[in-house]
Amino acid sequence: MQKNIVEVKDLCFEYEEGAKTIEHVSFSIPEGSYTTIIGHNGSGKSTIAKLLAGLLEKKSGTIIIDGIELNEENLVKIRNKMGIVFQNPDNQFIGSTVRDDIAFGLENHCVPQEEMDAIIETNAERVGMSKYLEHEPTKLSGGQKQRVAIAGVLAMKPKLLIFDEATSMLDPRGKSEIKKVIKELHKESNLSIISITHDLDEVAASDLVVVMHKGHVDTVDTPHGVFDDEAKLKEMHLDTPFSMKLRRALEKEGVHVGNHITMEGMVKELCQSLSNT
Amino acid sequence: MSISIQHLSYIYSPGTPYEHKALDDVNLQIEEGKMTAIIGHTGSGKSTLVQHLNGLLLPSEGKIHIFDREIIAKQKPKNLKSLRGEVGLVFQFPEYQLFEETVLKDVSFGPKNFNVDEETAISRAKEALALVGIGEEYYERSPLELSGGQKRRVAIAGILAMNPRVLVLDEPTAGLDPSGTRKMMELFKTLNKEHAKTILLVTHDMEQVYGYCDDVIVIKQGKISTQAKVSEFFDEGNEIEEMNILPPALLRMKKMLREVGFKLDEEAKDIQSLAKEIAKQVKKHG
Repeated sequence: MQKNIVEVKDLCFEYEEGAKTIEHVSFSIPEGSYTTIIGHNGSGKSTIAKLLAGLLEKKSGTIIIDGIELNEENLVKIRNKMGIVFQNPDNQFIGSTVRDDIAFGLENHCVPQEEMDAIIETNAERVGMSKYLEHEPTKLSGGQKQRVAIAGVLAMKPKLLIFDEATSMLDPRGKSEIKKVIKELHKESNLSIISITHDLDEVAASDLVVVMHKGHVDTVDTPHGVFDDEAKLKEMHLDTPFSMKLRRALEKEGVHVGNHITMEGMVKELCQSLSNT
Repeated sequence: MSISIQHLSYIYSPGTPYEHKALDDVNLQIEEGKMTAIIGHTGSGKSTLVQHLNGLLLPSEGKIHIFDREIIAKQKPKNLKSLRGEVGLVFQFPEYQLFEETVLKDVSFGPKNFNVDEETAISRAKEALALVGIGEEYYERSPLELSGGQKRRVAIAGILAMNPRVLVLDEPTAGLDPSGTRKMMELFKTLNKEHAKTILLVTHDMEQVYGYCDDVIVIKQGKISTQAKVSEFFDEGNEIEEMNILPPALLRMKKMLREVGFKLDEEAKDIQSLAKEIAKQVKKHG
């Protein structure tokens, strides 16, 4: 049977009494999957991420991470299983060099110095930042800062990585750097990834999509399934991939093509219709 | 020409070990009434350039001609304050600069600084808020309680209340969700088309350049590498690839379709006309 890295049951949360931010949310995420969470601003996406990381305290319901229930008693144990990278690269630095910054979590866990250097170097390598270990984090580009942040959480050997719009403040070069790093991490190890994102290409390439709307989970489905219901996505102020928009436009011209979430897929089908002579 | 820049260079921290030439002999003409995109990698000099347009930074070399004013390197600038009333600069994440107790006070702060009486300042603030789509129910709310998109609208209203002829926007949609981004871009289009504001948009998003702008300026390592009409810029394509920039989806799709044998008209600039072109050829073979 497929093991779940995350199980959320009937989760409720409110920032203020009565202002229900998260209402009766339930979903499961299989171990090793790349899951994206989408929803417009204010839909509760980031709140879910903070609840999973134990940074906010739920009102009711259960969160199970890697088979352990998240509660006060297990908080430290669970934090060791996961890492979270936030949106703003400038808000997450502590160390005066990249090396110190990656070391921060390890020091907190009393990892001996001689092991620490090896761990730091390995993880800097994994995100392509080996050359920058003695650099000052504040002088790095946005994409480099986020890679250091990722190395910092990787050093703790998490099973689950959460990215809370980790690329949204970066320029195109930084965005593609980070997306590539995340993809490679997911491929090379059995890391489970949860990425909160507005990037439709990233959503289309993920295994599972959780759609949040007004504090509820609206849908949990494959990218195909989610993007198929265009009207509903529009109602939720969510965008659809270009290929879905083109499909709709083609229908108006009397050409019917399949449901493609990537341009490549659609081009392939259209190409075949050209050769049908 | 409303804005003309000649041989502009700017050096940060001159004479120190941190000396850095951020702009290097920039020459530009920006037409009034147009929406012009400024693109380039982080650190290419985009923000340094736009900060010259209202005298926040003064040229190390060269000169800038804006309407009837001139800012010349090494000369004491005149009338900077009135220039700032005519060229409104919206920084990245402008919502960080909201500070007043209420939305209305925040937006009327700008005009008040320009010696406008209280009553006029308030009425200008109300007009500006209406333009950005912030209703009366928000006037007395604290700007800090609003959502991210609303805060940014209020911050932009604060600039609009000064009634500038030119609006310079430095990555105005960074961090907004797709629907917030679309609304923001529609706002700029309205300001440009219906209120005759000249708009300069610093952006990384090629969909915004392609979908909304008339002209495009590319900055590379402190120099202007290209200035072109948006239509021509994307037709050429070479520079975009070289810059490692993702072209707009419509153009990527056209390119892929051409590669598999579709013959597509250059004119198809929106999704429906592209669909029409595709349909024609598919039906021919069907």
